[in-house]
Amino acid sequence: MDKEKQIRKIKQYMKKRPWLVFLAPSLMGVLVFFAIPYMDVFRRAFFSSAGNRFTGLENFRDIFANEAFQKALSNTGRFIVTCIPLLLIISLLISLFLYQHTKIGQYVKTIFLIPMAIPIAAVVLLWNILFDRQGFLNGFLDFFGVDAVDWMNTEYAFWIVVSSYIWKNLGYHIVLWIAGLSMIPENIYEVARMDGAKEGSIFFRITLPNLLPMVFIIVVLALLNSFKVFREAYLVAGDYPHESMYFIQHLFNNWFRDLSLGNMAAGAFFISTMLILLIILLQKAWENRE
Amino acid sequence: MKDKLILAGITASAFLAVYPVAFLLTGSLMNPSELQENLAPVVSGADETYASWSLLPFAPTLQSYVKVLLEQPEFFVVFWNSVKVTLGVLAGQMLFGVPAAWAFAQYEFKGKKVLFTMYIIFMMLPFQVLMLSEYLVLHNLLLIDSLWALIIPGVFSTFSVFVIYNFFRGIPRNILEAARLDGAGEFRLFIQIGLPLGKTGIIAAMTLQFLEYWNIIEQPMVFLEQKSLWPLSLYLPSITLENAGQSFVASVITLIPALFVFFYGKDHLEKGIIASAVKE
Repeated sequence: MDKEKQIRKIKQYMKKRPWLVFLAPSLMGVLVFFAIPYMDVFRRAFFSSAGNRFTGLENFRDIFANEAFQKALSNTGRFIVTCIPLLLIISLLISLFLYQHTKIGQYVKTIFLIPMAIPIAAVVLLWNILFDRQGFLNGFLDFFGVDAVDWMNTEYAFWIVVSSYIWKNLGYHIVLWIAGLSMIPENIYEVARMDGAKEGSIFFRITLPNLLPMVFIIVVLALLNSFKVFREAYLVAGDYPHESMYFIQHLFNNWFRDLSLGNMAAGAFFISTMLILLIILLQKAWENRE
Repeated sequence: MKDKLILAGITASAFLAVYPVAFLLTGSLMNPSELQENLAPVVSGADETYASWSLLPFAPTLQSYVKVLLEQPEFFVVFWNSVKVTLGVLAGQMLFGVPAAWAFAQYEFKGKKVLFTMYIIFMMLPFQVLMLSEYLVLHNLLLIDSLWALIIPGVFSTFSVFVIYNFFRGIPRNILEAARLDGAGEFRLFIQIGLPLGKTGIIAAMTLQFLEYWNIIEQPMVFLEQKSLWPLSLYLPSITLENAGQSFVASVITLIPALFVFFYGKDHLEKGIIASAVKE
């Protein structure tokens, strides 16, 4: 009979607070597996690695004095400010063009999406062969008498990561831009052209402002995906890659292996606070535009 | 004319972007000795010569496939691990994530904005930042070193909630109001109106999440100790170039389900990508 009672109770709830019934299972999981442990890490940021002695800001002083942390942070920051504008501009340019050629554009768009499906590990294989000192790229350049470069162990490593990020995410962003373009009413363009507006000013005064509402989410998604490219960097070069592609992924893995929990907690605290502020700012900007 | 040139250029770069697929196929069909010869400079690191490649294998053979499928029992183990993790995550997201998206999209309640912001934050934070907290909770629940350590956090990943939410929001509320007036219960609204009309968003989210978990790398690296639990995505890079043939075959086999899902979900995927960006 207890069961019947329970069912009745759920039904009652369903009438009064239907959203709670839909949301509760997921919310419970998010709380248990993400939110609560995450709070715990916040606490740990101010405690010793063993987790029992309050140390105040010592962990933070530690990580900011740590050269690896500085390197990882600046590389990651540099990576983000390099690759996101590049990705947005390249994908927008391609989209503007494909949008005018809908027929062929449809297929080309799909082809650009395929890299999303190519397994990272397979990409790693390709990288190893392509960018090795004895690899394809050097072999190709050798034809033109260019001296061999050790791509993975020089400054170029950074650019390999950047291009692989763009390669993977280009299709996704082309789809987004084209969607944004198709929402701009055609008659605005017609009116502008009748008034004798030049293509350049049409782009800056009609197309771009109309795309702005989408920019928030496009940037968010680009940012989100930018952290995933470290997988490739990690798989190719391991724990200690060339310093130009030493990202927070490497740092955290090394800390984890060394059991520097205090450092990890402080690092996670610092990076996530910055990201959360950024997310909230972006969201505010998004709402203001509506 | 200039127009055509640009178009040709874009199309060419699109094909260049998918060349890796052809490259993997070619490599997997090459005779192991041909492959060895081509890649020898990279493997041995000998100076002065460079790796070479031919667009098509000189004498196509299934030798490498036979080797992987018949002589490497561990390959099946890791393949199954990947299948279990991916399907487990997707099933769980259907069960937990889809209703949550519906709650956020269709109801007003106190604290909704805060909760939704929390979902967005956990969607955005990179794994590295959450790694320690996730590890600690999985450790406390004795889930470390089991596939559950990959599946359960994946089930509660908030990304799909966000994508599907944007889709559910597009369902006009007056349809629901009309159904309510006809006496339909809230659960029926969800099943009979929400799910069919939100289908595209759900398939899109699942396609994206399939690709995500099929490629899972960081989590198994941190949460698993036994190699026998590794998913394909982690096993693959551990094959060295001395066994290039196997590496290529394993890559192709990993690629096939991903491409299959991709083409199946393609149309929905595009709409879903769009839905994740456009506020109705």
